[in-house]
Amino acid sequence: MARMKLDNYAVADAPRLGVRGWLRWIWRQVTSMRVALILLLLLALASIPGSILPQYPQDRAAALAFVESNGWWGRLLDATGFLDVFGSAWFTAIYVLLFASLIGCILPRIAVYWRQLRAEVPAVPRRLDRFELQDEAPASEGARDAFDRATAHLRRRGPFGWRVRVEERDARDGRELALSATHESLREAGNLLFHVALVGILIAVGAGSLLTYRAQAIVVEGESFTNAVVDYDTYEAGALFDESWLEPFTLSLDSFDVSFTVTGRAEDFTANVTLTEPGSEPLSTRIQVNRPLQVDGGKIYLQGNGYAPVVTVVDSDGEVAFSGAVPFLPQDAAYTSTGVVKVPDVTSGEQLGFVATLLPTAVDNGTTLVSAHPDLNNPVMLLRGYSGDLGLDSGIPQNVYVLDESQLSPLRDPDDAVWSVALTPGETVDLPDGLGSFTWEQTPRFAAFDLRTDPSLPYLLVAAILALVGLSFSLFAPRRRLWLVAPLADDAHAARSTVVRAAMLAPEHDAGAADEMRRVLDVATGRVRSIEEDE
Amino acid sequence: MTPQSLSLVTLWAATSLYAIAMVAWAIRLSRIADERVQAREAVVAEPATVAAGMTIPAPASGMGAGPVVLTEDDLPRRSAADRALGTARTAMIIGLLLHAVGLVTRGIDSGHVPWSNMYEYTITGSFVAVAVFAIVQARRDVSYLGAGVTGFATIALGIALTTLYSVSTGLQPALQSFWLVIHVSIAIISTGIFIVAFIATVLQLWQHARDEGQREVTGGGITRLRHRVHNAVAGWAEGAKWMAAVPKAMKLEALAFRLNAVGFVLWTFTVMAGAVWAEHAWGRYWGWDPKEVWSFVIWVLYAAYLHARTTQGWRGPRSAWVSVWAFVALIMNFTVVNLFFQGLHTYAGS
Ligand code: HEM
Repeated sequence: MARMKLDNYAVADAPRLGVRGWLRWIWRQVTSMRVALILLLLLALASIPGSILPQYPQDRAAALAFVESNGWWGRLLDATGFLDVFGSAWFTAIYVLLFASLIGCILPRIAVYWRQLRAEVPAVPRRLDRFELQDEAPASEGARDAFDRATAHLRRRGPFGWRVRVEERDARDGRELALSATHESLREAGNLLFHVALVGILIAVGAGSLLTYRAQAIVVEGESFTNAVVDYDTYEAGALFDESWLEPFTLSLDSFDVSFTVTGRAEDFTANVTLTEPGSEPLSTRIQVNRPLQVDGGKIYLQGNGYAPVVTVVDSDGEVAFSGAVPFLPQDAAYTSTGVVKVPDVTSGEQLGFVATLLPTAVDNGTTLVSAHPDLNNPVMLLRGYSGDLGLDSGIPQNVYVLDESQLSPLRDPDDAVWSVALTPGETVDLPDGLGSFTWEQTPRFAAFDLRTDPSLPYLLVAAILALVGLSFSLFAPRRRLWLVAPLADDAHAARSTVVRAAMLAPEHDAGAADEMRRVLDVATGRVRSIEEDE
Repeated sequence: MTPQSLSLVTLWAATSLYAIAMVAWAIRLSRIADERVQAREAVVAEPATVAAGMTIPAPASGMGAGPVVLTEDDLPRRSAADRALGTARTAMIIGLLLHAVGLVTRGIDSGHVPWSNMYEYTITGSFVAVAVFAIVQARRDVSYLGAGVTGFATIALGIALTTLYSVSTGLQPALQSFWLVIHVSIAIISTGIFIVAFIATVLQLWQHARDEGQREVTGGGITRLRHRVHNAVAGWAEGAKWMAAVPKAMKLEALAFRLNAVGFVLWTFTVMAGAVWAEHAWGRYWGWDPKEVWSFVIWVLYAAYLHARTTQGWRGPRSAWVSVWAFVALIMNFTVVNLFFQGLHTYAGS
C-alpha cells in the first residue's frame, strides 16, 4: 500500500509543503474566520458543564461529595477536568487557540487597514448599472459644479466620514467625471478596536489573577483583626502577590446592625467599624453589602454574618478551660446556626468538645424545636458534649466548624442515654460525670469580611469600555461606497442637460443607504442645497 | 383599588388585549397574502371573467390593491387587511398602555423597580418586546412580526400571572443597589429585542425552507432526520398561505441582524455592568456562578452568530441557526438556570 502523504492530501498534485509550508498552512487555518467561528462555538459548548456539575473553585465540598457519590463515573469526570471546567486543560486550550487566532487575524488586518487609510480611494467601476441601489438626476449647472458640491457635502464630516476621489476619464462618447467615495473606515476601526480590546481584557484578567489576593476574616462584635495572613480565616493569593504588600491596618467591629421584617426577610445589614491605618487617625465608618470600604491597597466587603455566642467551660477541676465567643454558621434563612466548641486545655482528664445548635426564635413545631425568625426572640441552644481526643495534635489543620469524632465519645446521662440539653442565655448546665459545667453568657453577632485587592481592575474597566465602544462602531457605523458619474459637456448648452448617475454599495441591512445616496444626488444636482450652505 | 390589585387587573387586561391583537395580526397577514395572490391572479385573468363572477379586480393603483366585492351600495369597502390592521394596532397600543400601568403600580406596590424576581422580569420583559415591535412598526411595516410578538407576550404574561406570581416584597440587601436598575433593566431591554429578532429569524428560516422546497431524503441517521424535518417544515411553509405576505428571507435576515446587533451591544453592556456590580457586592467581578456562565454562553453564541454572518459558507440559514441557539440559551438562562441551579443569583428565582 502506498504511504499516505499527510500533507497536501487534499490536492494530489500540489508540491509537497515541507515543514515551513506545513506550519504556514496550520497558521492560515488557525487564523481563518471559519476556525474562529468553530472555536467560539466550542467555547460556548465547553462552558455549559461548568454550570451543571459542581465545581471545585466554587464549591469544593459539593465537588468532593459528587466524586464520592458517583463511583467511577465521578472519578472520570474529576480526572478529565469536568469538575473544574474553567481551569481545565481543554477549556484553556480552546481560549488560548481562540486568542492566538484573534491576534493572528488582527495584526495583518491592522496593517491592511493602515495601508488602506493612506491609499487612494478605489476608482469608480466601469459600469454602475449592476448595483442594486441606483438613481440619476439632471444637473442644470453642469457636471463640474455638481461634483464640487457633492464633494463638499461628503467631506463636511471630516476624517471620520467619507473619503472622496474625483477623476476625469474616457467614456464611450467623450470624457466623463467620476466620483468615488467610501465610508467604511470607521466601521473597520471599530472592529479592530473591539478585537484588540478583547485581548486587553484577557491580559488584564490574567495579570489580575497573578497579582490579586483574597482573604476572609470573621470578626465578633467588639473585637478586631489586623490585616496580616495570620489573622485571616482563609487566605488565597496569586502567584506574584507578596504578603509583605499587606498594609497592617486594624479593623474593629464596633457593632453590627441588622434589620429583618416580621416574616424574617433581611432588610439591612450594617457593620459599624473603626479602621486604624498606620500613621493616621482611627476612622469610624460603615460597611454594607453593596458598599465595600476602600482601604489602601484593597477593598473590604461585608460578606456574611451570624451569631457568635460567648461560652465558658469549667473543667472537672473547677478551672475555666475555655471562655470566648464562638462563631456559629447560619444554616437557613431563620438563622438556625451550628457551632463547635473545642476545649483542648482541660486541667486533667480527657479533652472536651461540644456541638451546638442555636435557634434564635425557638418554636416547637410538634416534633422538634425549630427557629421561626432570625432575631433573638426566644433563643435556645441545643447542646451535646463529647470527651476524648480532639485530634488537634496530629499536625493536620482542622476545620474549626467541624468536630472530628473519630477519637471522641459522646457524653452520656446516668441512665446511659446520649447527653443533650437545651440552654437559654445566661444559663449554666453541669456536665455529666462531674466533668464540669457549660455556661452560655451572651450572644453577640459576628461579621465575615472579605478583603481583596486586584490592581488590574482599572485596566480591565478601560479595556471593557473600549471593547464596547469599538463594538458599537463596528456594528453601527456604515459601510458604504458611493459613485457618481456624469458626462463632461463641451458647451454650456449641453451642460444644462447633463445627467448625474449615482450608485451605492451597502449591506442588505443598511436601510439608510438609499436615502443617503439620494441626498447626495440632490445636493449635487441642486435639488436641495447642502446643509452647510443653509447655515 | 390598591396598587397591587390595580396592577393585576391591568396586566390581565393587557394579556387579553394582546391575545386579540395576535389574532388580528394573524388575520391581517393572511388577508394581505390573499390580496397578493388575487392581485397576481388578477394580472393574468381575462377581463371576461369579471362578468361571470361577482368580484372584479381593483385597478393596481386604485383605492387599495384588494379585490372589490360588489355590494348593494356599490362603494368600495375598506380592505379587510386594513380593518384587521386597525384592530391589531388599537388592541396592541391599549394593551401596551395598560401593561405600563401594571408595571408602574407593581413598582409602587413593591417600593422598587419591578425587575427583581422572575415574575417581575417576565412582565417587564414582555412589555419591552411589544414596545420594541411597536417602535419598529411605527417606522416601517413589519406587521408580519405582529402575531409572533403579541402571541409571545400573551403567553409570557399568562405564565407570569398564573404560575410565577409572587407577592411584592422589599429587596434583599444584596439587591439594594443602583446597579440593579442599570444591569437588570438593560438585560431586560436586550432580551426584549432578542425576542423580536428571534421571531424574525424563525420567519426567515421558514422562508428559506419554502424557497428550497422538498429535499431528497438521503444519507443516514442524523442527516436523514434533518432532511425529514426540513421537508416537514418546507411542506408546512408551502401550505401556509400567509407566508406569501412575509418578506423574502434576505429582508428578514437583514431585520434580524439589525435587532440582534442592538441586542448584542446591550447584552455586552449587561454582562459588563453585572461584573461591576458583582465586584461591588461580592468582591469579585467574575466567579463562574451558573448565571454568569450562561450569560457568557449567550454572549459567545451571539458573537459567533455575528461572525457566522460574514464567514464563507455560513451565510443565510446556517448563521440564523446559531442565533436560534443563542436565543435558546437566553431562555434557558431565564428559566432552567433560575429555577434549578444553585448559585449566588438564586434569589432571582424567588
Ligand atoms: C475572542 C474571540 C472573538 C470574539 C468574541 C469576536 C467577536 C466579534 C463580534 C461580536 C463581531 C461583530 C462585529 C461586526 O460584525 O462588525 C466580530 C467581527 C469580526 N471578527 Fe471577531 N471575534 C473574536 C475573534 C475573532 C477572530 C479569531 C477573528 C479572525 C479570524 C475575527 C475576525 C473578525 C472579523 C473579520 C469580523 C468582521 C466581520 C464583518 O465584516 O463584519 N474575530 N467579532
